[in-house]
Amino acid sequence: MREQLTAVEAGPIRVLMAKAGLDGHDRGVKVVARALRDAGMEVVYTGLHRTPQEIVATAIQEDVDVVGISLLSGAHMTLFPQVIDLLKEAGVFERFILIGGGVMPDEDVDALLAMGVAAILGQDTPPDDAAVLVRGLVAKRGARV
Amino acid sequence: MSTTDERLADLLDRAVERDMAATSQLISALEGRRVGSGAVLEALHRAGGNAHVVGVTGAPGSGKSTLVSVLARELRDRGLTVAIVAVDPSSAISGGAILGDRIRMQDHALDPGIFVRSMSSRGSLGGVSAATVDAVGVLDAAGWDVVVVETVGVGQAEVEIMRIAQTVVVVSVPGLGDDVQAIKAGLMEIADLHVVNKADRPDAGKTVAELLSMLTLAGPPGPGGWPVPVLSTSAADSSGVPKLADTLAEHRAWMAGSGEGERRERAMAAARIHSIAKDLVLARLADPSATPLVERVVAAVAARRLDPHAAARALVDNEPITDLQLEKSA
Repeated sequence: MREQLTAVEAGPIRVLMAKAGLDGHDRGVKVVARALRDAGMEVVYTGLHRTPQEIVATAIQEDVDVVGISLLSGAHMTLFPQVIDLLKEAGVFERFILIGGGVMPDEDVDALLAMGVAAILGQDTPPDDAAVLVRGLVAKRGARV
Repeated sequence: MSTTDERLADLLDRAVERDMAATSQLISALEGRRVGSGAVLEALHRAGGNAHVVGVTGAPGSGKSTLVSVLARELRDRGLTVAIVAVDPSSAISGGAILGDRIRMQDHALDPGIFVRSMSSRGSLGGVSAATVDAVGVLDAAGWDVVVVETVGVGQAEVEIMRIAQTVVVVSVPGLGDDVQAIKAGLMEIADLHVVNKADRPDAGKTVAELLSMLTLAGPPGPGGWPVPVLSTSAADSSGVPKLADTLAEHRAWMAGSGEGERRERAMAAARIHSIAKDLVLARLADPSATPLVERVVAAVAARRLDPHAAARALVDNEPITDLQLEKSA
């Protein structure tokens, strides 16, 4: 019976929130982090200027459900593929739900979704919608042993 | 063996080979109480007992995370591997948490000799979470040399860390209180080691003097006793940190040689058994099969036909209660 527990029932959803690359704008990531906290989730915040290597190492050690990367520097088409490659190299790409946040052109969003990013939250996403979206993605994934 | 058992056994096999992903997933399984039949818990317990478990506690903002981060670097330079469990508070309102201790530890993210895991206190009030001790157990079994547990920023009474750590470091900072604060019961008396952090601040000397004065009120330690030291550190420039690492090693050696280590192991084992037994009893009461009796007993207590002590004994020890007490309608 225990094996049928969903991640939600087994404990709070854990989310890594990282700022990637040369981007010091952390207002948005903090607003979302706070909204997820208020929705009952545990948010591991890395702080600014993380490299893809650091983000992947941190995701592995924290064993979060969701890896959220915020970047407003325009480097998303460079940094996301690096994170995805590193997750695949480490054999853990399937374990995490990858989401992104920031200002990105629609065609880039489509490309990122095609690469395996589960969702991109634009700058106009209401914070509470972010929590609903994360909860939905985790529920859809189901239990993780 | 169930699927869960096989999965956990595989994770443990890989964790002892210092596989970070397996270690981390095993901690998650225990934190979520996905423990299978218990075979892995037994293997885990048998494999442990080798790590030096150091607790670091103190007021919010006293610099614990930064201090732990520079201490980890110092221990790495000495050839030791270091695992850190950093606990931050959970929200009493939503149950959620922002875990931000890592921000000060990111320099280590790519060092294979350092593992950092953030936890929320998940409603527990003792400065750690119920799962912290399980995480320490995994890291110990996985062969990490030093396991550092950084508690929630605490006030005066959160002393749960003494039931997890072999060496408890209490971090103080200048300006938080006077010499009477220092002799109050609680946090200050569980220290094996006092550290006055932010020692670059001008009033640090006064804090050191007050702590030393508090310690002398207890008189000197007996022959072979451990004189609790007061160290000064400045995590900003790492000063005092080598001395801290030396003293941690000295305390561990003293524990091993004096019999105090053994005494504490027994006390920790007893505390752990008590806590698990309590959980088992509560789980039994929460089991749906117990619900009808629980509800009848609750109604009887509310109607004052039965006292709550007798009710608890009836539920836990099956002590008989009369039908009259249970059934009579209010």
